[in-house]
Amino acid sequence: MTQPTTVTADESALVAAFEARIAAGESIEPKDWMPERYRRQLIRMMSQHAHSEIVGMLPEGNWITRAPSLRRKMSLIAKVQDEAGHGLYIYCGTETLGVDRHELVEQLLDGRAKYSSIFNYPTLSWADMGVIGWFVDGAAIVNQTILAKASYGPYARAMVRICKEENFHKRQGYEICATLANGTPAQREMLQDAVNRFWWPSLMMFGPSDTDSPNSAELLKWRVKRKTNDELRQRFINLTVPQAAAIGVTLPDPDLKFNAETNNWDFGEIDWDEFFQVIGGNGPCNRERIAARQQAQDEGEWVRAAATAHASKQHRTVQAA
Amino acid sequence: MMVQQTTPEAAVSGVTTAAELNVAGTRGPSFGEPIVEYLLRLGDDRLILGHRLSEWCGHGPILEEDIALANIALDLVGASSMLLGLAGELEGKDRDADALAFFREGVQYRNALIVELPRGDFGFTIMRQFLFDAYSVVTLDALASCGHAGLAAIAAKSLKEDKYHLRHSSEWVVRLGDGTEESHNRVQASLNELWRYTGELFERDTIDEAVAAVGITLDRDALHAKWESIVNDVLQRATLTIPEKTVMASGGRRGRHTEHLGHLLSVMQSVARAHPGATW
Repeated sequence: MTQPTTVTADESALVAAFEARIAAGESIEPKDWMPERYRRQLIRMMSQHAHSEIVGMLPEGNWITRAPSLRRKMSLIAKVQDEAGHGLYIYCGTETLGVDRHELVEQLLDGRAKYSSIFNYPTLSWADMGVIGWFVDGAAIVNQTILAKASYGPYARAMVRICKEENFHKRQGYEICATLANGTPAQREMLQDAVNRFWWPSLMMFGPSDTDSPNSAELLKWRVKRKTNDELRQRFINLTVPQAAAIGVTLPDPDLKFNAETNNWDFGEIDWDEFFQVIGGNGPCNRERIAARQQAQDEGEWVRAAATAHASKQHRTVQAA
Repeated sequence: MMVQQTTPEAAVSGVTTAAELNVAGTRGPSFGEPIVEYLLRLGDDRLILGHRLSEWCGHGPILEEDIALANIALDLVGASSMLLGLAGELEGKDRDADALAFFREGVQYRNALIVELPRGDFGFTIMRQFLFDAYSVVTLDALASCGHAGLAAIAAKSLKEDKYHLRHSSEWVVRLGDGTEESHNRVQASLNELWRYTGELFERDTIDEAVAAVGITLDRDALHAKWESIVNDVLQRATLTIPEKTVMASGGRRGRHTEHLGHLLSVMQSVARAHPGATW
């Protein structure tokens, strides 16, 4: 039994060196040695992020054909297109960890991989396009600004680029909300209703409270994450409360009040039962979202097969020439 | 001759009476100046096709195509926004592009029938796009040097985009036609279905003649020949065959549409019409 011991000894030396690099603030690159658990945690997080971009196209895509002006239609198409681009970019980043996109998509479709719980809520009015930009992209920015300093180089660099676009989406969403807030009574009502529906699910986007987050400690140690779920959630709330006040909408939480001692906005109890139901597959739209992705996958099968067949014919022609 | 008057204004007004426009059969309500009608045809083609493409968002066969189709939809809606904006300006009834897009009835739409057909499978979408892109490129190429400065500027800008669209759709037509037996059969069936809608793209009527007065003189036969040459080349590479003895459908340019357009508009206009006068 000498060999395993040797391997373990080697490995622990490697882990020590790896952790020292992280502690020194160095970035880990694809060809660098990394613990298998670090690699797996990153694949989990990055693919979850990529899947969220892809599934996130559906609730917003739902309103492209009904956007009430040509300008809004164009900016919504552009936003959803950006999300596809982010998905593609992060899938490519995940491939640097030795897993291919095809495998990741299978994991999404068969339920092994998760995506952000927020996209399992339905989009019921045009105001949702504003509120999703404001809350959901706003929450994503809070998360991703921190992830841009994550220890894994390809992920951190992807976040820098993606954050720029998310900032634009957030401004666009908030601008839709501000326009509705200044609009007719029916528009204001539509806006308030969307805020009421999306506020709590947006807070849940940061994940369970730190005491219930199974992955947090390790991710923090390896600087895959740099802040806890609760810290990020609080930051999002602190940023959003004054924005809501500025356009005269009410956040649906009677316990929301400023705490002068902590300089934070205290907030009410999040319904974690709802959160766990939604991530467990029982949210309002989980089935529809996966069914839509599965349908796209199934109906696209003949197209992908044709592209592959044509490419190999071309390849043979080139070789024969 | 349709246009005999000496001043352009008189010439244009000379061909806009309902009686004269009725030569090609029944038609929906008209829009005054022929140039307005002409711009609506161009703008509506792109708005309706952009709408159909945007229906793919999130449902494409590969992620790269979600991106590409959304990008093309964006270009087309962008072009329609400029064309409808110019139409509204020239109409002089205080209607902007949004008013024209969201508050016209189906019979007031002037797009060709081919763009309003449901998106079908990816092969149908691509074949329709290819047939339209080739038409759009030859048309915009001619319009970019026409005598109407406003339209020429829009055409020049859109032409650059549409050349990319044509490259994209041509490549896919070849890929699908030459790919597997299934893809070949599917895309051949789409071509068979779509071919009868291509004749309308090169129809010529009194509007085309009337806009000569404002500097727009397209030789439709020459454009048709150019289009055929592009289409034949790509279809040949794709091992696809043009169906024979097709009776061409027509009517879109006169507001006589398929039943599909009404459903498309009822979706597209639903929010805007539920809140008339609202700002978005």
